[in-house]
Amino acid sequence: MPRQLIKGNEAVVKGAILAGCRFFFGYPITPASEIAEAAAYYMPLAGGTFLQAESEIASINMVYGAASGGVRAMTASSSPGISLKQEGISYCAGSELPLVVIDIMRGGPGLGNIAPEQSDYNQMVKGGGHGNYKLLVLAPNSAQEMCDLTMLAFELADMYQNPAVVLADGFVGQMMEPVKFPQPVKKLEDKPWAIHADKDDEFRLISSIQLEPEILEQHNRHLQAKYARAEQQEVRFEEYQAEDAELILVGYGVVSRILYSAVDNLRAEGLQVGLHRPISLWPFPKRRIAQLAETVDAFLAVELSNGQMVDDVRLAVNGARPVHFYNRMGGMVPSPEEISDHVKKILKA
Amino acid sequence: MSDKKLGKAGCFYDIYERSATANKDVTHYCPGCGHGVLHKLIAEAIDDFGIREKTILISPVGCSVFAYYYFRVGNIQCAHGRAPAVATGIKRVYPQSIVISYQGDGDLAAIGGNNILQAANRGENITVFFVNNAIYGMTGGQMAPTTLIGQKTTTTPRGRSQINEGYPMKIAELFSALEAPVYIERVALTDPKNTNKVRRAVRKALKTQMENKGFSLVEVLSACPSGWKMSSVQAKEWIDEAMVKHFPLGVFKDRTEEVQPSEAKRHVFNADDLHKKLDIPQNIQASREIRRTASSNIGQNARIIIAGFGGQGILLLGVGLAQAGMQAGYQVSWIPSYGPEMRGGTANCHVNLSDKRIGSPIVSKPDVLIVMNLPSLDKFEDCVQAGGLIVYDTSLIKKSPRRMDVSALGIPATEIADELGNARVANMVMLGALIAETSIIDKEVVFDALPDFIKRKNLISLNKQAIEKGIEFADSLVSVA
Ligand SMILES: Cc1ncc(C[n+]2csc(CCOP(=O)(O)OP(=O)(O)O)c2C)c(N)n1
Ligand code: SF4
Ligand SMILES: [Mg+2]
Repeated sequence: MPRQLIKGNEAVVKGAILAGCRFFFGYPITPASEIAEAAAYYMPLAGGTFLQAESEIASINMVYGAASGGVRAMTASSSPGISLKQEGISYCAGSELPLVVIDIMRGGPGLGNIAPEQSDYNQMVKGGGHGNYKLLVLAPNSAQEMCDLTMLAFELADMYQNPAVVLADGFVGQMMEPVKFPQPVKKLEDKPWAIHADKDDEFRLISSIQLEPEILEQHNRHLQAKYARAEQQEVRFEEYQAEDAELILVGYGVVSRILYSAVDNLRAEGLQVGLHRPISLWPFPKRRIAQLAETVDAFLAVELSNGQMVDDVRLAVNGARPVHFYNRMGGMVPSPEEISDHVKKILKA
Repeated sequence: MSDKKLGKAGCFYDIYERSATANKDVTHYCPGCGHGVLHKLIAEAIDDFGIREKTILISPVGCSVFAYYYFRVGNIQCAHGRAPAVATGIKRVYPQSIVISYQGDGDLAAIGGNNILQAANRGENITVFFVNNAIYGMTGGQMAPTTLIGQKTTTTPRGRSQINEGYPMKIAELFSALEAPVYIERVALTDPKNTNKVRRAVRKALKTQMENKGFSLVEVLSACPSGWKMSSVQAKEWIDEAMVKHFPLGVFKDRTEEVQPSEAKRHVFNADDLHKKLDIPQNIQASREIRRTASSNIGQNARIIIAGFGGQGILLLGVGLAQAGMQAGYQVSWIPSYGPEMRGGTANCHVNLSDKRIGSPIVSKPDVLIVMNLPSLDKFEDCVQAGGLIVYDTSLIKKSPRRMDVSALGIPATEIADELGNARVANMVMLGALIAETSIIDKEVVFDALPDFIKRKNLISLNKQAIEKGIEFADSLVSVA
């Protein structure tokens, strides 16, 4: 299968369509706009629907409507737009609707800028909306994974009847790399619970309201049981030179790419440094990190944020080893050399 | 209590199993509430039209959020104000269905104002029943956008004042100014004569959707005795006396006779020929995967920064390099100038060509710097690796690089391009010079790749010429030396 040189954002759309998604509702925002633009171009060619909504609030609710009808549907945005979607995402989780949200993170808070950041970790991984819900969050670090993890997100969303998120930074969205596109999903399973516009609809209800505290508690317990299952089964990560490492770098998205280079540089200098890269940010690979904590001396979490993922690393390590933190913000991105220097400082100390 | 039972319309569940109240026979609406009556009129119309099995009811937040207790149809409950967006989503999935957005005045005219406005303006083929009771019933009687001047509510304890709260919103009038809506009428649930008009309006609105004619909205002035703190009788009188004065009844828009019905094609999932539809290369490329010539003097891993003015085709030069690099069998990455870099009309991009997996796609210490204006040379010269290469356009950069520990190749790319008749192919002249100087990619591979990054077919031969000229120029320097 030949490879195609393509932007991460465009690979998302092709991946989505190959995964059987035919409904896209969005609102333009840099650095995610190529997703809406590619969807506007390709969705109709694939027999699907693209609609530019009046806002991110509208687009997530349009996805709510489409997903209620049992089809694979999606929306995409960047940080400020994701903030607006949070109410809708909470409703989707409450009503147990499978759908995919793509977030191409940019600088914040407020309008911030359009440069890459990773400061939406908390609002996506910890739940930016109200209520006791979790999102399945996948973090690609290449154009290939923008396609592959978008496809996986649709599978997970259906499997868990829950929104799934592809959380990428502006660089991963804007970057062009060769992608091998897989074969399309040929047939989608019917979702008996979904609205079908047929005679059995009288037994179907899409809703997140439940007045009775007892029943709402039951519903919450049901959601938590589902999330517990996902925590068992959906942890994904990648490691590089981690086996004999004394210090483990932890980072996701574009940062993990910089960390590969840093590990190579440091290994070339004879330093035993490795990389742990969470691919599923939720469920977070906490058991694996706890395991690593038994053998390594220390961790260094690197993020384009004020330190959001590092909290999860610290929870996993649970005080067993020092967890250091290095960050850039506002669209600044560390070079591999910058990371290497910081690692050497830690190792000397 | 007589109107608490919805009666035996087939469109209602026999027993309201979903109701949270103990008595599953009666509705949750207060005595004298307009919602129940409107429910009945809608249900009867659905029955009479025989559309129950394909009707989907959207109930957002408000007293009617529990409409799904009663209507024996496909029910979707959703967020406050968002019913028109949700309706849009499901209607696009099932264009042949009948979608009803049932909204209160807080829901439609306040929090969801833009959603309904835009759905109306798109002419969504849905039916909106808008219950104007001049108050927030569900939350205990606060002001609505439709609350009358002087009307006391819990949040206008001294009466609504136009100075503080503005005037009550006339939704039917406002929406009639839009082009797309097909049918808009305001009716009132008061005496039998008016109620009969509501019945007719409900039917007409549903019929409009059934005939695929487009968007309709029926504004229903409706009693909220609890919120208004009145008896049922007083409430109906108040509609007739106070509300109708500000909200005149009547048809505000009716294009049902003139519009052409659209085609409501059922969505059918189809995954045939998807790779072709998505412009995913089939197999042509595989045969083109030619290795680069072995004599590359840049090494295994070329990290390249390309920079210049916006409009010089800087990004395209990078894409071309990455595309050809990929086809030459390299791992490649390309990242455009983006974020803090994207100021003052300058453009740059980072390209990696490597035999190994590419770590950071961001180039901090380039092996090769290609620059097409002076500010870019000044900006990036210092970060080039010792032993690296700077390729610069001497037509625009009138000084040589300072660095003595790197090689430099100056080429009048813009002048050469001008001679070819189009200064915009200077970027390709630069590309030609680069591949000649470094042998990093065979020129045949670059020519092969041209159609993949030059989208306009008629420009391919010009770009090819430009690359040839760049190669010629670089080769001539070598032979002189
Ligand atoms: C985002 C959000 N804000 C506020 C509320 C609280 N709330 C519930 S119903 C309602 C007003 C409903 O009024 P209206 O739409 O006029 O319906 P009515 O009850 O009068 O029929 C409000 C403010 C909510 N559920 N969600
Ligand atoms: S509060 Fe008003 S709108 Fe709500 S049910 Fe009672 S009368 Fe009807
Ligand atoms: Mg109201």
